[in-house]
Amino acid sequence: MTASKKPPARRLSSPFAYVAASPHIVWTVLFIVAPLIFVLYYAFTDASGAFTWDNIMALGDHTETFTLSFSMSVVATVLCLLIGYPLAYCIAKLSPRAQKIIMLLLMLPMWMNLLIRTYSMMAILDDGGFLNNFLMMLGLEPVHIVGTAPAVVFGMVYNFLPYMILPIHSVISKMDKRYIEAANDLGCNNVQTLFRVVLPLSASGIISGVTMVFVPSISTFYISQKLGGGTFDLIGDTIERQFQNPVTYNVGASISLVMMILILISMAIMNRFSDDEGTVIV
Amino acid sequence: MKILSKTYIALILAIMYIPILVLMLFSFNSTNNTGVFTGFSFYWYQELFRSAETFAALKNTLILAVSSAVTATLIGTAASLGLHRMRSKFLRGTITSLTNIPMMNPDIVTGISMMLLFVFVGTRLGSTEKLNFWTLLIAHVTFNLPYVILNVTPKFRQMDKHLPEAAQDLGCTPVQSFFKVELPCIMPGIVTGFIMAFTLSLDDFVISYFCSGSDFQTLPILIYSMTKKEVKPDIYALSTLMIIAILALLILSNLSNGRDDGLARLHNWRSRVREKVQTRREAKGGGAK
Repeated sequence: MTASKKPPARRLSSPFAYVAASPHIVWTVLFIVAPLIFVLYYAFTDASGAFTWDNIMALGDHTETFTLSFSMSVVATVLCLLIGYPLAYCIAKLSPRAQKIIMLLLMLPMWMNLLIRTYSMMAILDDGGFLNNFLMMLGLEPVHIVGTAPAVVFGMVYNFLPYMILPIHSVISKMDKRYIEAANDLGCNNVQTLFRVVLPLSASGIISGVTMVFVPSISTFYISQKLGGGTFDLIGDTIERQFQNPVTYNVGASISLVMMILILISMAIMNRFSDDEGTVIV
Repeated sequence: MKILSKTYIALILAIMYIPILVLMLFSFNSTNNTGVFTGFSFYWYQELFRSAETFAALKNTLILAVSSAVTATLIGTAASLGLHRMRSKFLRGTITSLTNIPMMNPDIVTGISMMLLFVFVGTRLGSTEKLNFWTLLIAHVTFNLPYVILNVTPKFRQMDKHLPEAAQDLGCTPVQSFFKVELPCIMPGIVTGFIMAFTLSLDDFVISYFCSGSDFQTLPILIYSMTKKEVKPDIYALSTLMIIAILALLILSNLSNGRDDGLARLHNWRSRVREKVQTRREAKGGGAK
């Protein structure tokens, strides 16, 4: 018997679909769309509700914060990629059972609250903390870590590294091994195979990993508060401070708005970059 | 090469786990020194259990996690069903992208945007406590919804379109076919979505921080206010307990998954229905010849 055309699936009447989805649609409009409109509204009004450009103008005072946040999260993201990619690659070469166990071990800390993870890091690195006591016990000079920029970046890497490893590992482990064999057969050495075959094929994993590390890094405020020792003011800290007092809600809203736009632009650039990569390969 | 890669994996894992292990160790310290281990004691645990605040926060966290996960699972599953059946591609696309906004946006933006809404509406209504349990619940359901939909929608897509059709041919009403045929198929997605929503809600700090009032404190918020003050090992004790609880939960869920042959059973059952669909199709085709 020849493959007959599939009969079109019978669907329940369309209104049913809308009834089922309606609670969600209402919820989305009320609690996702409306709040964003409120951010816009607050960003462009003053405390009395009158239209103003003042909040946007006030952003000039925070240029330094934006630059610092942006550069710190870019550094953290790049470090995560440099550490995470080889790690995901190494893990993907193990036996399936070992892969499962190691991925579970890597994911486990993600189940612990970010506050706890950051706090434990601070407890170790602090001036009177575990590490410095250990160094002094060995007769070495204690090092001042908490309160420096590297400490904040390290905190971001420490907290968000699994977000980088997970998507990259899932792409690499699903990759058709015959591509690698074919590359080797056609005369690529291991390094060439990595850069010409494996890396481009895992572009989608890299993109989602970068997104998943960059967004929480640029918006964090707890990590910089704890590991920055109060000396680093990132965008997250600034926003958090504005929302302590109703008077500064408007400025806070405008900073949030700009951060959102900044992230959107970064994402758009990233996606464009990945599309180009994709077409070159295929 | 192999040894090198294994060393590398071990090194990264060690760096990830050492802080947590040190924290757990120092929760048993006899003094409040967080740098030198002076002696083993349960002092900080006793201290922790003496505070009513901890238990209130624990209770609040669990109430919030269960109620927000249940609400999000119900709304999200219905939405997945609706989206799956919806014919307008444009509307489907729009709803999906809007739903995903809280997942893409930084938590702090989701938090403050909802806070602005709650404060604005609360002021208009003239309420004294603008941020309370209900605003927190709304916030948690909102950021849980995309994860439920993300887990359930693929199950609808993977399901054989002919399954509900076969069920209806065999005498089911549409409602019966949903509950007897479609629901078992999408169940794994619903369960994963629910667990994800539950854990996300347990773990959330940033959004809760902006959307909660002073009368309803969750554990992450309690930890935050504790770490704002001086460093004391009672936070270590609380963290250790939370880590152990999460480990126990994970091991339990893994054990139940390991013994669960529900998926295999479902698979067998589905292939039986698929056979039926096949024979029916063949019979139709044979008739046409």
